[in-house]
Amino acid sequence: MDLKLGHYTKDGIEVVDVEGEIDVYTAPRLRELLIDLVNKNNYQLVVNMEKVEFLDSTGLGVLVGGLKRVRAHDGSLDLVCTQERILKIFRITGLTKVFGIHDTVDLAIAARKSEK
Amino acid sequence: MATVEVAFTPLPAHVRTARLVATAVARRSGVEESLLDEVRLAVGEACSRAVEAHRRHCPAEPIRIELSDLGEKFEVIVRDAVPGPAGSSANGKTNATQDNGVSFPAGFGLAVISGLADDVRISATGTGVSVRMTWPAQVAAEALPRQVKAFNGGN
Repeated sequence: MDLKLGHYTKDGIEVVDVEGEIDVYTAPRLRELLIDLVNKNNYQLVVNMEKVEFLDSTGLGVLVGGLKRVRAHDGSLDLVCTQERILKIFRITGLTKVFGIHDTVDLAIAARKSEK
Repeated sequence: MATVEVAFTPLPAHVRTARLVATAVARRSGVEESLLDEVRLAVGEACSRAVEAHRRHCPAEPIRIELSDLGEKFEVIVRDAVPGPAGSSANGKTNATQDNGVSFPAGFGLAVISGLADDVRISATGTGVSVRMTWPAQVAAEALPRQVKAFNGGN
């Protein structure tokens, strides 16, 4: 399956819905979207990965790149993911310590709001 | 000879095809369902690394994959055709994946592989780099009746 991307604003936070496979072929599209959102002054991001079927190190690089961009503006990039197959790659690479990973979009937003 | 061999032009779009083929052959070779995601991810990482190396140094050369059912093991070998410094990016000291100032060393994908495969061997030769990965497998069920039949036939 190819990559489908969408985004909407909820409680002042930009939520990015990602569906499909994030790999060396599709990751550039996600990178462009994240860069575009940051360029439009969206610095609080939640990436919903509940419908992501595959994620490789290229995709991880894009997410880390997005995190670095929003942090440059004192922003945040949290993830929503409960799929074990996806969480495993975050654990292997130690990135569970870098990203806030939540069970639902609402919980991710609530966690971000509580830190403000 | 490998059970299945695949050669593809070094384009990112074909990495997905390689993953799908590897997963299908792994399943048929008796790799447990719970390990198939690991096969898929590891083969994808090895192919992504090879595609990056080929696009920089020899975009006209194909990347080759050998998928072998070895009975109690399933083996995948991903071979690129980039010898020398680019090929030795397998050690993570050269090339890097750039993403807005974030650099993952070229060996990052290989580090992921080492966390996924049962056994990983990376060798750089004068003709390129090969990444060899294995996973445990059960003897395919369909192979058993044939062996029994052969045994009975011998009596």
